[in-house]
Amino acid sequence: MPGVEGFIYPNEIELQWSVLIVLYPFITGLVAGAFILASLERVFNVAAVRPTYRLALLTALAFLIVAPLPLQLHLGHPERSFSMYLTPHSESAMAMFGFVYLWYLMVVLLLEIWFDYRKDLVLAWRSSRGLKRLLYSVLTLGSDNISEAALRVDDRLGRILTVIGIPSAFLLHGYVGFIFGSIKANPWWSTPLMPIVFLFSAIVSGVALVMLLYVASCWIRRVPVDMVCLDTIARYLFYAFVIDFSLELLDLIHRIYEADESFRALDFMVKTRLFTSQIVLQIVVGTLVPLSLLALAQLVLLRERARRALYVAAGALTLVGIFAMRWNVVIGGQLFSKSFLGYTTYKMSFATREGLLPAILLMILPFVILAALVRLLPPWTDGREASQH
Amino acid sequence: MQQERRAFLMVAGRLIALSGAASLAWDAVVAGAPETAPNYRLTDHWWAMIVDIEKCIGCGNCVRACKAENDVPREPGCFRTWVERYQIDPEDFEHPKVDSPDGAYEGFPEIAGPTERLKIFFVPKLCNHCAHSPCVQVCPVGATFESPDGVVLVDKARCLGCRYCVQACPYGCRFIDPRSHTADKCSLCYHRITRDLTTACCETCPTGARQLADLKNPADPIHEFLRTHKVNVLKPQMATGAKLYYNGLDGAVR
Repeated sequence: MPGVEGFIYPNEIELQWSVLIVLYPFITGLVAGAFILASLERVFNVAAVRPTYRLALLTALAFLIVAPLPLQLHLGHPERSFSMYLTPHSESAMAMFGFVYLWYLMVVLLLEIWFDYRKDLVLAWRSSRGLKRLLYSVLTLGSDNISEAALRVDDRLGRILTVIGIPSAFLLHGYVGFIFGSIKANPWWSTPLMPIVFLFSAIVSGVALVMLLYVASCWIRRVPVDMVCLDTIARYLFYAFVIDFSLELLDLIHRIYEADESFRALDFMVKTRLFTSQIVLQIVVGTLVPLSLLALAQLVLLRERARRALYVAAGALTLVGIFAMRWNVVIGGQLFSKSFLGYTTYKMSFATREGLLPAILLMILPFVILAALVRLLPPWTDGREASQH
Repeated sequence: MQQERRAFLMVAGRLIALSGAASLAWDAVVAGAPETAPNYRLTDHWWAMIVDIEKCIGCGNCVRACKAENDVPREPGCFRTWVERYQIDPEDFEHPKVDSPDGAYEGFPEIAGPTERLKIFFVPKLCNHCAHSPCVQVCPVGATFESPDGVVLVDKARCLGCRYCVQACPYGCRFIDPRSHTADKCSLCYHRITRDLTTACCETCPTGARQLADLKNPADPIHEFLRTHKVNVLKPQMATGAKLYYNGLDGAVR
């Protein structure tokens, strides 16, 4: 059998979860991370990151809208997926996805964005015409009271929502980790550390993404980058990354030291089939290099330009590293046989339902949605007084 | 007039409220009553199987019979049952050489090279019909379930094809039927065993290496067998409550 080495159970020839399932934790991770960055400003009063607050919320929304699409494309019967809402199986971790998703989308993100933008929506409605006016009037949901008192209520509700939102963001991504971590049949996945590793890597990827988007938006709009903001984000990225990497190292050391029955098979896999994606891309290029760059910016006094370049490079490599991590978890977890006696290969097709092309399109889609959201709900703080905060 | 309108609204409201429930119920009506076997009571049985490794000759009859009886696709990666051949060097029992060409549909080819020093045996595999099935636990919609008589089944009309159950099975017993895009696995020939017949694989096994057993039947020979033989289940550390009892299971078998 081509691509197969050693012995695998006859039913293991086909990989069950494709690149689309790699996208699922990657995208939800970006959502959770972007939201955590937004809440830094809102709840923990880190005023320096204010320029990214709304951008982070809109980023989270754009990616959250796309999050279920790879799952739908992957299902054998997407038309039946609604039955997860109607007849969920209470013991199944996956059955909760719909509810966690809806809670996060409807209760946390949409409401928080709406409260935060209410004044802007009312002003935009009053000053626009035609179709645009109709659109904004719908978005205000008929609430046009923007008196001081009303805005104070908005602000308070927004704060409460963020406080609810932080554990929700933790839930959203910790839960995705649990989907993998609770599969006892698969030693590559089955660890109680999985949800927490997923969570911290989510924070890392989301913060890196918003940082890059912020720099890109300044470049596109030809406005200067707020370096205090960028320095602060980079610092938090560094802290989160150190925790994330420590957790992953802990997992690795534990596996190597314990060396249980699955170790030899997994060790061989990491040194051969996963070498490029795990050792090279995830650990070296995607973790050690960006961590060193971020550390350098903390330790050495550098000019603004140099720091900016460092941050951009570190952010981009971080995203590569986290994507590689998702890949190694999802695909890596299926390359070895549950008999521990052999290995198979993942052959990615291109223009098929679960191929590379739909994966690329699904990764572009959130940026298109974000561009539309940014036009509709400008998140920029420069040139306007951030009145609600 | 006022009264009539009110009555109409009441009726219409009730109809609308009920239509959701009714449409769900209609599915069940259309599906019809489940096929029932006469004189078969779910609560009177608790199905299991004995696999006697020392009796298996690796002929592949069971694999062929299963495919024919249950219309299992002939494509690679679609097996409700298969047979593995273990070749173990006694000095190096941690590294067994295992093969299962086409699931042993055509049996096994001769082993090339000397075999005097090797321990060689066959291991038939199929769904373990676990009492605490990891596959049942993870199904998001309950499309796979444990029947009251101890058989793990899949409802193809409900399965989403998410493949979580395939990931969760420690024994590699599940696959996706490429025709229906739903999960598939051994049903223990449920359509036969509820009619007083044995499974297709047990029926065709020339040496009696597989025997269907009913743990709730006091007269079933399984009770005597379990008492007098050293039996084990596959991967006991998984604690799945597997009900496939292997006699003579070598420690090297995964």
